[in-house]
Amino acid sequence: MGRFGGAMPINYYIFLSLALFCIGIVGVLTRRNAIIIFMCIELMLNAVNLLLVAFSKMHHLAKAVTDVTTGTEGQLFVFFIMVVAAAEVSVGLAIIVMMYRNIHSVDVNFLNRLKH
Amino acid sequence: MNITHVLFWFLSVLALFSALMVITSRNPVHSVLWLIVTFFAISGHYILLNAQFLAIVNIIVYAGAIMVLFLFVIMLMNLNKSTEPKKNRWLQWAGAIAGLCLLLVLVAALKDTEIKGQAAQVNEGEIGLIKNLGKELFSTYVVPFEISSILFLSAMVGAVVIGKASPNPSEGRA
Repeated sequence: MGRFGGAMPINYYIFLSLALFCIGIVGVLTRRNAIIIFMCIELMLNAVNLLLVAFSKMHHLAKAVTDVTTGTEGQLFVFFIMVVAAAEVSVGLAIIVMMYRNIHSVDVNFLNRLKH
Repeated sequence: MNITHVLFWFLSVLALFSALMVITSRNPVHSVLWLIVTFFAISGHYILLNAQFLAIVNIIVYAGAIMVLFLFVIMLMNLNKSTEPKKNRWLQWAGAIAGLCLLLVLVAALKDTEIKGQAAQVNEGEIGLIKNLGKELFSTYVVPFEISSILFLSAMVGAVVIGKASPNPSEGRA
């Protein structure tokens, strides 16, 4: 264990990710701009990614003696989440652009005319 | 308190502060810039956890590609001024209180979990390096990897189809 090596309690990472996730939720609930709501969804995805990486390193620390590659799955899962998020952003922004073209606003409250 | 702890707290405070600025700033361009700061802070956390591949991918994909897409769309729509109408005050308070209640419930539920005593390895461990991840990705997870390329293709086709100008000429382009 080098000078910078060591371990960080997993609790800190859990609470940091929870705080980021809840900030994202508050953003989705309080803002009306569709683009900002979309950005808050990205924030929530990143909070989950951070927690996955922290859990992967926790698992690695617990099992590193028997299997040196323990915890790789968690990081690959984060990679696939990033892939899906990139695809989601391209389609979602196309939908927002189409919405702006039709109603000349990105205010989500205008979308309640979908019900008529 | 060594340098790892200092870095951890610095990056955590930076991430939380910039995430709060994302949801509180009126100007959407400022929100995008603060979100980029948040992504850099999270990438710093990945580096601290020695997940170097994910840190670089996070910067390239999120801060590089996705945020540029957001900025493009905001500037295309000419939204770079604070034109957003205020939501009803009570609805805003209700949203904030609901989010805080969720945070409270989750913290209360998770503060005494059985993994409480465990720790995440920082600054060491080989699993986050490209060598290990690439080996695993192209052997065990090669089928999901290929399927994700199909996902990208369909997303690209979907974005083009949705974003195409409407066939009705009276509506015109935005």
